[in-house]
Amino acid sequence: MDRFEKRAMALALSLVMMFFGLVVYAAKGLQADLPTCLPNARLFERGRVVEIGPNRYQVDVVAYMWGFDMGTVNQIKLPRGAVVDFYITSRDVMHGYHIDKTLVNLMAIPGAVTYSRVKFDRAGEYQIICHEYCGLGHQNMAGQVIVE
Amino acid sequence: MQITGDYLKSVAVGSAQDRSGDAAQATGAIRFILLSELIVPFLLLILGVLLGLYQVLARAGIIRSAEIFGINYYQGLTLHGVINAIVFTTFFAVAFGNAIMLHQLKRPLKVGVQWASWLLMVGGTLMAAWAMLTGRATVLYTFYLPMVAHWTFYVGATLLLIGSILPYFLDWIPNTLAWRRENPNAKPPLAVLGNLVNFTLWFLIILPLATTVLFQMLPLSLGLASEVNPLLSRTLFWFFGHALVYFWLLPSYIMLYTMLPKLAGGKLYSDPAARLAFLLFLLFSIPVGLHHQYTEGGLSSGWKLWHAFLTFMVALPSFITAFTVAASLEHGARQNGGQGLFSWWSKLPYWSREGDKWLFAYFISGLILFLFGGITGIINASYNLNLVVHNTAWIVGHFHTTVGGLVTLSFLGMTLYLIACLRGVDVKAKPFALAAPYLWMLGFVIFEVALSITGLQGAPRRSNIGISYLDPSNELLYRGDWLFWSHVGALGGAIAVVGFLAYVVSLVGTLFAKPVRAPAIDFPIADALHDTPTPLVVNLRPWVTATLALIAISYTYPVYESMTRGVITKVPGYQSHENNLVPQQTLREQTKLP
Repeated sequence: MDRFEKRAMALALSLVMMFFGLVVYAAKGLQADLPTCLPNARLFERGRVVEIGPNRYQVDVVAYMWGFDMGTVNQIKLPRGAVVDFYITSRDVMHGYHIDKTLVNLMAIPGAVTYSRVKFDRAGEYQIICHEYCGLGHQNMAGQVIVE
Repeated sequence: MQITGDYLKSVAVGSAQDRSGDAAQATGAIRFILLSELIVPFLLLILGVLLGLYQVLARAGIIRSAEIFGINYYQGLTLHGVINAIVFTTFFAVAFGNAIMLHQLKRPLKVGVQWASWLLMVGGTLMAAWAMLTGRATVLYTFYLPMVAHWTFYVGATLLLIGSILPYFLDWIPNTLAWRRENPNAKPPLAVLGNLVNFTLWFLIILPLATTVLFQMLPLSLGLASEVNPLLSRTLFWFFGHALVYFWLLPSYIMLYTMLPKLAGGKLYSDPAARLAFLLFLLFSIPVGLHHQYTEGGLSSGWKLWHAFLTFMVALPSFITAFTVAASLEHGARQNGGQGLFSWWSKLPYWSREGDKWLFAYFISGLILFLFGGITGIINASYNLNLVVHNTAWIVGHFHTTVGGLVTLSFLGMTLYLIACLRGVDVKAKPFALAAPYLWMLGFVIFEVALSITGLQGAPRRSNIGISYLDPSNELLYRGDWLFWSHVGALGGAIAVVGFLAYVVSLVGTLFAKPVRAPAIDFPIADALHDTPTPLVVNLRPWVTATLALIAISYTYPVYESMTRGVITKVPGYQSHENNLVPQQTLREQTKLP
């Protein structure tokens, strides 16, 4: 093979490896990791918000056509600085659960539980958007996290 | 002047052969089959593109309605995805594969095989189209369970896939083996290798898809089962789903490697590098599906990271292609008198009406779009970075510069080229044919930038946001901050549609033009500048073995996890055509906050 070609390939390989290295560093070093398999997660049928410690919350979300059951429908209130564990599943078809301005971006899959943790540092309203097609009411499936 | 048909034919054959010594004949049934494999999906594509226009307008709140001409937004979105990304691409890949094999190996295709393939593909498409058009399969192009479509949708899709694989097994492999027996010391032509790689890939990924369609979806749809494991189905779908994009891409790469250099006026920079790129695609393009499942539970993040790693590896052959194609373009430009470090760019046939050179415009526009697609693709693949963009409008921007960019443009250009060949006519309305790809490119650059921004602002994909988030009267959901860039996106989409209409003008003209020569398939195939013998890239077999091993390593545990963690749930029976009965007003009520 021609020497320019060899250089181009070596450069491309180093580039993708550098990207991958940074991804691993962000995931494991900076703890920006993905939802993983939760072998012991119990399936739940009702949504709820539980205070599990000082400013620590667990939110169980059941997505359905077309809303989010989080104990209350579509809306929860949390104090500023709350560290929240979201557990989400679906009662019918696939749904999405994306909390705007955060890294909470989850799929709600019937029969499986997905998990994400987030800290709400700023007060305000965070829109929750269903971002997986779930039938004709999909565009209206949204909620709110109100941080006070 | 009266000239008999036979005389005209003999003159025309003579002139076709003068033009190039290696044109391949395509007559009778084979010619009809190839032509209709190009025209049938094109007719559907017109509907698919117009529905795309409706979607950008709806998403910008310019058209604020749940449906247009009786087609619901999501029904239209299903048609848009299935027609543009499955039907059009699959038909084209088969027609193009047939033409390449015929032209490169000079061996006839079997009429029986081709008819069987044609009947299955056309029949399957009609079944699925009926289901979609009558609102019985509003499940989008990913048809995730537990949403269920009418059984004709699944059976139709399966028939299309079976039909598309028949020529590979019954025509192309036997013809290649026969060619090798006759030419024991030659390596198969590059285009043949690319085509065989593509359909080997296709065959391997049809298997997991067929598994979920036949054993999970069809029984549910027919009412034979009431329970299903949706996570397993999703994992099997993405086992197929990402390699699918390489099935779209590889015919484009075949054109970039074998035809673009010749159109540019030069040679392919390196033959072994091109072969290596194809074989690396075979190896790495399947075990990457988990990168579509980053945000779901039930699958361990360690395996997601492994698939992320392999996704970065599959970027490698695209980088190689970027280098080889750029080097080939530079070589061509220098043959045309190009000079300097960068100014050789000006010596390429961007707007040439001479002979086949108009095709260059399709490739170069596609390549420019693909730069955006490649960069955004690497971002999407980046594991945790994906959390920012997953299922937002960003993703839509991304794939409209890949499958909607390079793939569609090269397929459209080649469709026009092949129709002209198979009808024995010159391409008509060439200025229109030339303007089309540039307008399309301009439109989709604008579209991509706009959708990337709205995506980062949080706008979801696959959603009729015009009647919710972009409706000012909806106090709960209204997101005025998405409005501006959604409008820009609509502008981009509209420009692209104008480009498509220009293409339609040229295509229809070509379709009804009077034949001036005998039909013959002739591709502008470039020679290679560098072609040192590289045994590693000649034989497909060791690469297929390595591919199977890598798939086994990467997918055994995730599939096992999906089977055990993804609990089997009762399907609530949300048949998509039943959803159509729910009036919009009720939906609004249901989503009101307490």
